[in-house]
Amino acid sequence: MPLAGIVHGTMTRFVLRRLLFAFVTAWAVVSVTFFLLRLAPGGPFDGERPLPPAVEANLRAAYHLDESLPRQYLRYVASVLRGDLGPSFRQRDFSVNELLGRGLPVSLAVGGAALSLALGVGIAAGAWAGWHRDAPSDRVVALLATAGLAFPPIIVAPVLVLVFAVALRWLPAGGNDTAVHYLLPAVALGLPYAAAFARLTRGGVIEALARPHVQTARAKGLPKSRIFLRHVAPVAALPALSFLGPAAAALLAGSMVVEEVFSLPGLGRYFVQGALNRDYTLVMGTVIVYAGLVLTFNFLVDLGYSRLDPRIRHA
Amino acid sequence: MRRALLGTRLSSGCVVVLLVIVCGALVGPWLAPWPADEIDWDAIDQAPNATHWFGTDGVGRDLFARTLDGARTSLAIAALATLVSTLIGIPWGAAAGYLGGAVDQAMMRVVDGMYALPFVLLVILLVVAFGRNILLLFVALGAVSWLDIARIVRGQTLAARHEAYVDAARALGAGRWRVILRHIIPNVIGPAVVYATLTIPGVIIAESFISFLGLGVQEPRTSWGMLIAEGARNMHSSPWQLLFPAALLALTLFALNILGDRLRDAWTGAEPQARRHIYGASSSHGRNRAT
Repeated sequence: MPLAGIVHGTMTRFVLRRLLFAFVTAWAVVSVTFFLLRLAPGGPFDGERPLPPAVEANLRAAYHLDESLPRQYLRYVASVLRGDLGPSFRQRDFSVNELLGRGLPVSLAVGGAALSLALGVGIAAGAWAGWHRDAPSDRVVALLATAGLAFPPIIVAPVLVLVFAVALRWLPAGGNDTAVHYLLPAVALGLPYAAAFARLTRGGVIEALARPHVQTARAKGLPKSRIFLRHVAPVAALPALSFLGPAAAALLAGSMVVEEVFSLPGLGRYFVQGALNRDYTLVMGTVIVYAGLVLTFNFLVDLGYSRLDPRIRHA
Repeated sequence: MRRALLGTRLSSGCVVVLLVIVCGALVGPWLAPWPADEIDWDAIDQAPNATHWFGTDGVGRDLFARTLDGARTSLAIAALATLVSTLIGIPWGAAAGYLGGAVDQAMMRVVDGMYALPFVLLVILLVVAFGRNILLLFVALGAVSWLDIARIVRGQTLAARHEAYVDAARALGAGRWRVILRHIIPNVIGPAVVYATLTIPGVIIAESFISFLGLGVQEPRTSWGMLIAEGARNMHSSPWQLLFPAALLALTLFALNILGDRLRDAWTGAEPQARRHIYGASSSHGRNRAT
């Protein structure tokens, strides 16, 4: 195919537009965070007692804090583009890359486990409920799904520790030594999202069942499993799929509380520590990693969405 | 509207629960036998009993009074933040929908971009940048939770802009801002208010989340998030310090979610067809959020 043909293909244009959007968003996030932090009163070298002026001046020079703000900004953006998130202002012996390199796998493990749990449980329960609409099992799922939304990690995480670690002593209360240590955090984090996915999938299935093509398929007497997989599932998956991006974003951010309760050394703890200490580079680095993950995820979700619903490409 | 709220035993039960909690929060200081900040030196870290109904905390403060005090903070922040979010979301959505074209595109891209981010991060950054005061907390929470409302209002505006009353106003020489302010917004405000009730639980969760991390409300003021954080630290010896505030928060969220659902169903109708009309083919994806 000639090049012009590829560039003008709807799919390619859709992908390019989405990529551009992701880059612009990433740039906006970096810029807003950068200037927001610099506007803040207080600096990274405020300690219990003030440093001698000469020492502070040297420190500021070493971290280029004595330059003008636009210069600092350009220097920072250039270094981020090279993949270097700079040195941590507070943890002097570490670069932000090193710190985040340690935290990221932990957060990804917790978030990934929670997301798989939420998807597995939520989609199965929602699909069952929608398929058996108004049956007693549907009512139970609908009520549980609403109840699940009322139990954010901030409630579930400490209560799970209380029950399973303190009272029953079945599971560890914190740490990340083995896979078992991730069980409670994943449940605490994933529960509200399991509920959300169940609601969305249930609604999607009910809506799909009302569509003419599904009714035709039923009238033809196709086997139920075939109707479900071929005709209902692609339509019913759309609401849940469009929620995947925001869910992944919220799972990452939500993991802060879970990391706190279960003493997991993940990204969230670095973010909170950095924010409290005004460790500019560490906070910026965490935000960039979060935004990068979320934007990548959203991009993939958009691609999947456009495969299932071609109308999106022409929007 | 009334049927949506009081139609079933479950939803009328939720209304009662919410009323009790809100009243408790409002009259808390007069209702509780102890002031929230008074230390009872004879009853430090006590389990629930006849004097201290919810027990006491590690320094001997009455937990019943503190939980009501926390309720007041959490609910007030949620209400004000939701108000802020409607004040941003309604004009934003109405302007985007009515002006259309490139302006609409640009405005909705901003919404999409903000959707893509974990917004609690932004609130934390704002709170860290501008100091931890409570006024800022609800403005910041409101400033990041207007996205759903803007989307809904935009969808409604797209449907309303070709109605006869809009044409009539234009024919009489009304400018676009006058049409938006005087004709569009009053007509799309119903669904916006319904969706505002749906954002309240999200804001409550966000506030408790931030206070839990120690970045929100400060002593001696308290909120549910702070109480839960404190309870979580002491749960080995005094589990009641965790369980009472957590139960109250869960109950509130549950009731708000049930009622929000009922209101939304009442507004959009149970039929999928009607629902599609509200969401419209408004944007590339009708994203929902749990928090």
